[in-house]
Amino acid sequence: MKFIRKQLDNIKPTFEKGGKLAPFRSLFDAIETLFFVPNKTSQSGVHIHDSNDSKRSMIIVVLAMIPALLFGMWNTGNQHFLSINETVTLWPAFWYGFFQVLPIIIVSYGVGLGLEIVFAQLRGHEVKEGFFVSGMLIPLIMPVNTPLWMVAVATAFAVIIGVEAFGGAGMNILNPALTARAFLFFAYPSHMSGDAVWIAEKADGFSGATPLADAAAGNVGNLPSVSDMFFGFIPGSIGETSTLAILIGAAILLYTGIGSWKIMFSGVVGGLTMGFILNAFGGNALMEIPAWQHLLMGGFAFGLVFMATDPVSAAQTSKGKYIYGFLIGIFAILIRVLNPAYPEGMMLAILLLNVFAPLIDHYVVQGNIKRRLKRVKA
Amino acid sequence: MSEKEPLFSPKNRKLIFNPLSKDNPITVQVLGICSALAVTVKMKPAFVMSLSVLAVLALANVIVSLLRNTIPNRIRIIVQLVIIALLVILVDQVLKAFVYDVSKQLSVFVGLIITNCIIMGRLEAFALGNKPWPAFLDGIGNAFGYGLILMIVAFFRELFGSGSIFGIPVIPEAWYIKNGGFYENNGLMVLSPMALIVVGVIIWIHRSRNRDLVETK
Repeated sequence: MKFIRKQLDNIKPTFEKGGKLAPFRSLFDAIETLFFVPNKTSQSGVHIHDSNDSKRSMIIVVLAMIPALLFGMWNTGNQHFLSINETVTLWPAFWYGFFQVLPIIIVSYGVGLGLEIVFAQLRGHEVKEGFFVSGMLIPLIMPVNTPLWMVAVATAFAVIIGVEAFGGAGMNILNPALTARAFLFFAYPSHMSGDAVWIAEKADGFSGATPLADAAAGNVGNLPSVSDMFFGFIPGSIGETSTLAILIGAAILLYTGIGSWKIMFSGVVGGLTMGFILNAFGGNALMEIPAWQHLLMGGFAFGLVFMATDPVSAAQTSKGKYIYGFLIGIFAILIRVLNPAYPEGMMLAILLLNVFAPLIDHYVVQGNIKRRLKRVKA
Repeated sequence: MSEKEPLFSPKNRKLIFNPLSKDNPITVQVLGICSALAVTVKMKPAFVMSLSVLAVLALANVIVSLLRNTIPNRIRIIVQLVIIALLVILVDQVLKAFVYDVSKQLSVFVGLIITNCIIMGRLEAFALGNKPWPAFLDGIGNAFGYGLILMIVAFFRELFGSGSIFGIPVIPEAWYIKNGGFYENNGLMVLSPMALIVVGVIIWIHRSRNRDLVETK
């Protein structure tokens, strides 16, 4: 560490104002804070100091996604070899998936961080940490067959329109990763749904539909077994298939206190509630899928753990978080079941509630003020 | 104003050129957004729409300006609407007679020029208080400003959404995935939300280049 510090101190002057490489100041800044906790402290107003700055908490979220990522890589390979009717052991499947997924991750980080650095430079602030997480989320919610240039365009859209237009990371209304996915979903629908996109180099005769798409098409009989859906041996976006791997991530987030358990908990309750309501009506086969199975299908678990809990776009107040999570659960299942054109209701539900989060917070705060005023008057 | 003002005095020139950028009806006054979303999927309808608005706005401005001293204040909106409606119907008939296919594409939006806020806005804000010639120039200028934005938005939407410009394909056929290439048209560009985003980006760029347009808090 001392060696790195020395090297950084050596080249620092060239990046300072007036230095030779001043235009690349924010790049230097990003690299420096990657290795060392910045020693700048707030000048006023803040009374609690914590060594855990946002860069560190973002890294923990990325760590929490690693199980889902590793499993997703293996499953990519596994599904591929299944589709061409070959059985392979653990490692060949993993390496096959690794080399399918790695380019998507590189493109997502390359484009996203590149744009972040450009904007940081133009606007004269440091590179914000938000994209560490988004850059990893974006590959995890893509079908493995997404062409790389589409990933690049979607990432650019998410960073420019979703984040920078609102003033940079921390000011965005919508979750950037979901913005990227929603963009692709509406811009290139044939690459984001259907049954040809979820398995890399799939053999033609093999049905690659996700359980959710199968169910939406009315083939409820085709659903894989519950344990397959729980462990994730199913086609789907790269990181979303294994509920188990996502639960490991959720445990990390909850243990470190970075993800909000209120949102996750109320989201599950909301999903179950809507599931039971639909079960009670039970008009068609899709509505009769047991409510708890919905939690295992599609992106429900992934979205709830990693994206609904995004501290920037979620509700901030404690009561608001319950309402926010609950409504996400409700809408995700509602859209999924009642509108088969959009089987991935989770994406739309989270984006919808992202927009409403400030409103929810506003009424929670107003309600609190009213309650306390009443107490004073009484 | 005792002596005669030259036809293109600096003041009159401002009436034409200000709406192109600093006082643009769409990006600065934020009027006429609805039609900017609706008719900009392709460039050809957007072009015809711009011309129609140009005709209606310029003539309506002149007529209202001529009548401005005789219109009773209380019923001025109704009088303006009658004038606009008359002109719009004329334009609609002309379109149907000469460019029937475009007229069909524009469908109801030609009729909706009547409710285009730019026209009402200019009549209220300018024509009612100015002489016919400046009012005419103001109409032309604002219609050009409107058409300019419409054409920019339509250019990007048609280029990325349909891969063509004015209906002429510009993306080589062999690039498309169905022909073994890598490219695919962006379906979101054809949907109206994207028009809003493109307009938003234009406003963003416009304002970051003209700092004095940014409102002080």
